[in-house]
Amino acid sequence: MIGPLLVGVYVFVLAMFVGWQVITKVPPTLHTPLMSGSNAISGISIVGALVIAGTASDTLMTVLGVAAVALATVNVVGGFVVTDRMLKMFHRRPSGGSED
Amino acid sequence: MGGTLFQLAYLVSAVLFIVGLQRLSSPETARGGNTIAAVGMLIAIVATLLGEHILSFTWIVVGAVIGSGAGLLMAQMVPMTAMPQMVAVFNGFGGAASALVAIADYLELVKGHEGIEVAHGVSIMAGVLIGSVTFTGSMIAYGKLQGFVTEKPVTYPLQKTSNFILLIAMLAAGTWLSLTPPAGQEGIFYFLIAASLVLGVLVVIPIGGADMPVVIALLNSYSGLAASAAGFVLENMSLIISGALVGASGLILTGIMCRGMNRSLGNVLFGAFGGGGGPQAAGGGGPGGDRTAREINPESAAMMLAYARQVVVVPGYGLAVAQAQHKLRELGDLLGRKGVTVKYAIHPVAGRMPGHMNVLLAEANVPYDQLYEIEDVNPEMADTDVALVVGANDVVNPAARDDPTSPIAGMPIIEVDRAKQCIVMKRSLNPGFAGVDNPLFYLPNNSMLFGDAADSLAALVREVKEL
Repeated sequence: MIGPLLVGVYVFVLAMFVGWQVITKVPPTLHTPLMSGSNAISGISIVGALVIAGTASDTLMTVLGVAAVALATVNVVGGFVVTDRMLKMFHRRPSGGSED
Repeated sequence: MGGTLFQLAYLVSAVLFIVGLQRLSSPETARGGNTIAAVGMLIAIVATLLGEHILSFTWIVVGAVIGSGAGLLMAQMVPMTAMPQMVAVFNGFGGAASALVAIADYLELVKGHEGIEVAHGVSIMAGVLIGSVTFTGSMIAYGKLQGFVTEKPVTYPLQKTSNFILLIAMLAAGTWLSLTPPAGQEGIFYFLIAASLVLGVLVVIPIGGADMPVVIALLNSYSGLAASAAGFVLENMSLIISGALVGASGLILTGIMCRGMNRSLGNVLFGAFGGGGGPQAAGGGGPGGDRTAREINPESAAMMLAYARQVVVVPGYGLAVAQAQHKLRELGDLLGRKGVTVKYAIHPVAGRMPGHMNVLLAEANVPYDQLYEIEDVNPEMADTDVALVVGANDVVNPAARDDPTSPIAGMPIIEVDRAKQCIVMKRSLNPGFAGVDNPLFYLPNNSMLFGDAADSLAALVREVKEL
């Protein structure tokens, strides 16, 4: 049996490879939305922030928790919304338009 | 059993992130992909709220309301030109959140007078260090892009040495804290936090404004690694996976940006490029004063463009500064209706973050299938009648290709000098961002159309309409 740390390391390394494969296929045109979108995904630390804010037993923990939730939420909500705002601007040449 | 169910929910969210990123491989599926990733995030959040024995929702709601409000406002208000700054801010906040998660975890150990496992300790210290560096580093990058921190590299004697000593001290503190029972070690822990925050500032201030795209991509990667570290702290696979995906993404973009400038990452981080008055290239034939650049008026330029078969437009950040994207698209459309093939050539470092120029043109309704990458457009240059350079400079500088002594030697360029005619729209003959002289301006097949990009484009549109 392998311990939880080693499982984590396995998962981390394999996820890096998956990330590498998937992201090298993103065309340069979409690199800015890729950054803002992946940025929103890195806001996944909201999961940890929620636990701190939801189980805090003293003032310090409450402050840390609320700050962490607020920061992570900005990251998540802002990141996904701005990515959507950008992606809806991308469109092809209208068919029947000037082709060459 | 319930625990397993929630773990599976985290797995689903991680899979949705991967599927979402996969859909970014084409502009047609990208928007749906973003939504899929957002659903993945929602699943992870709901699983946490239901599965993690949350005692009180009050403070969660407070934090979430503040964060959602601020995030929504920023995302809706930000102009596309300011996207790099905003991504920097979001990066920083993500890093800070990860650092706070690690900090809170350590303080719980202190309070509970518990021991610390080495692996757990290392995860906490990594989370604090990477998260804090990401936070302050991103804030400085934001300041540099926004203009309230100097764009010039800030350097002082023994800079690298002192940063290195600080890093060693931090690693020593982190090692100590990972091996020692936490109770009573708060002082050292607070030192580690403070030193990490300071280090984030110190590593970004010596980097010039022109190199911020690389820095932002790298900090993007760090924000992912910080989330992964927080995942190791909490033994939460969803965080580990998501963080690794973002870490990989940021690294890839960092590599692309470095190749776009033909610089190594080390050179970007420690080279203090573009400082002071800037190095003057010896390239071409002596200083600019000896040579003459031919000037062209909008009327003749419009004539050249309208009777061309193919026009390649090379937009640079100057275009965005002048808010002239819409005028450029209008000109492109007019020429298209006259039977001219119009292509837009986008250099990887044309904007101020990876893919920035593409977003700016998309905002101006330029169809993405008219945008071409360097390697696709350069072979067509000889068959191009007119290359129109708008607000770009270094990315079309032939010295990068021809003059091995140029500071930008080896940087891939869009070879507008190989087009039959080239028109450069620019305010003056001043050197660009990197402070490098551009021999293109003095070539016989090049003409300069001086003036503000928006005004000049408006004049061109007027003239083309009258033809």
